[in-house]
Amino acid sequence: MPLNRREVLGSLAGASAAALMPRLGRAQSAPLTRPIPSSGEAMPIVGLGSWITFNVGDDPVARNDRTEIMKAFFDDGGRLIDSSPMYGSAQAVIGYGLEKLGHPKPLFSADKVWISDGDEGPDQIEASRAHWGVDRFDLLQVHNLVAWEEHLDTLFAMKQAGKLRYVGITTSHGRRHDEVETIMRQHDLDFVQLTYNVADRAAEDRLLPLAQEKGIAVIANRPFRRKELIYRFEGEKLPAWADEIEARSWAQFLLKFIISHPAITCAIPATTRVDHVRENLASARAPLPDAKMRERMVAYIKSV
Amino acid sequence: MSEWWTYAPRDLLMFSPDTYYRLFALHNADLWPMQILALGAGLAIFGLLLRPTPWAGRAIALLLAAAWAFVAWAYFSDRYATINLAAPIFAWAFAAQSLLLLVYGAGLGRLRIASPRHVTQLIGIALFAFALLLQPVIGPLTGHVWAGVELFGIAPDPTVAATLGVLLAAVRMPWLLLPIPLLWCAVTGATLWTMGSPEAPLMPVLGGLVLVLGLYRSFARAES
Repeated sequence: MPLNRREVLGSLAGASAAALMPRLGRAQSAPLTRPIPSSGEAMPIVGLGSWITFNVGDDPVARNDRTEIMKAFFDDGGRLIDSSPMYGSAQAVIGYGLEKLGHPKPLFSADKVWISDGDEGPDQIEASRAHWGVDRFDLLQVHNLVAWEEHLDTLFAMKQAGKLRYVGITTSHGRRHDEVETIMRQHDLDFVQLTYNVADRAAEDRLLPLAQEKGIAVIANRPFRRKELIYRFEGEKLPAWADEIEARSWAQFLLKFIISHPAITCAIPATTRVDHVRENLASARAPLPDAKMRERMVAYIKSV
Repeated sequence: MSEWWTYAPRDLLMFSPDTYYRLFALHNADLWPMQILALGAGLAIFGLLLRPTPWAGRAIALLLAAAWAFVAWAYFSDRYATINLAAPIFAWAFAAQSLLLLVYGAGLGRLRIASPRHVTQLIGIALFAFALLLQPVIGPLTGHVWAGVELFGIAPDPTVAATLGVLLAAVRMPWLLLPIPLLWCAVTGATLWTMGSPEAPLMPVLGGLVLVLGLYRSFARAES
């Protein structure tokens, strides 16, 4: 039995009804939100990743194309855009798009610090901020736990000084979950970013329950394993029961699985196509699969 | 990057094939009409390989040094670096090869070119001609735009392939000039392979061919 819109919203702890009502009332098509546990701020459950897709260098045509992606993303109610200094020109391309779009108010800027020398973290963060053209980042994460102790000191100090709103760490490909767990237990993180999708479910064992227990928001990266999952199932027909959760494509099927996990705050698929960004955001609408349907989805994926 | 050995090559690729190939189109547009100069330099080298003069080796080394230096600066440092964090390393490697060609090839005269006396030298000349005239059309023939054609002296792959041809055409294989071109063959092969490009095996095959033929000629000479 899929969860309907009312049931999904009913499960959103921490966000006041008053805060949610304008979003619901604005448009029937607005994406569902989940609260960031540490603040209650409502976050649309589908965001936008930028790995590879936004690394287009100085190419003016590609930069304008990515601006269109961002425009469609904001038009359809998206907020969180995620990047990193590891992503080549992606930060600068995001900054270019934000400027052309007049710095859309809904933006939730999520970036990372990724440098082995902790002392160089502040300079890298400042360079990233200049690329984005934002006054301050909403979220900064220690990328792949590189020099995480030094960088967390920097990030918590920035948050304390009001120069940053949220602090997080990231991992991917299921790596270093033991270390991630330790950091989650020992530090007051706002966010953790990890790989979670229907084929990579290791986080379900410890990290996702711990995030719920500790009140840490979770960003799910590699939702399609860099298109690998889409390619794997293309040509296969969606099961008839996918209609029950209104999944019209494999991308929506895969995304709805991720964002229906109650610990997930936001999934960040990346794309180079406007129709795909709209399709992704359309996944963030009720109905979402319930626990029984999720089991069915896993079983079906294993059988294909 | 921590635990880098656990990443697949595909995980390390940080740009899309579209972005990679469009880079050459932008590169060509920005550099025009440098392509004519590069083609002229290539034809001059080809002429010297076919009709060697006493100073042909030094002149060819000088022209190749210029080509490697230009690719290091204009392509790797100015262009590729916008999408690949590793590009500065490649720029330094190409600059180092340029210096080697300048000092070892042109200065010390260790790139000796004379009329071919061994079939492997003829293969070297043919390889140079291939890199100058045929390799550039592989891209367009495999579905990429003509504007993104990769040319000797402008783009790395044909520059490296042409250099391999010259090294094989030399009287004696100048081994010191071989490692960097061979390393690039591996790097570009891996990059194209992770992008699923059909031309991915070309440069590794050319590099392997020149290495094997160079060794064969050296052993044959040692035995005779």
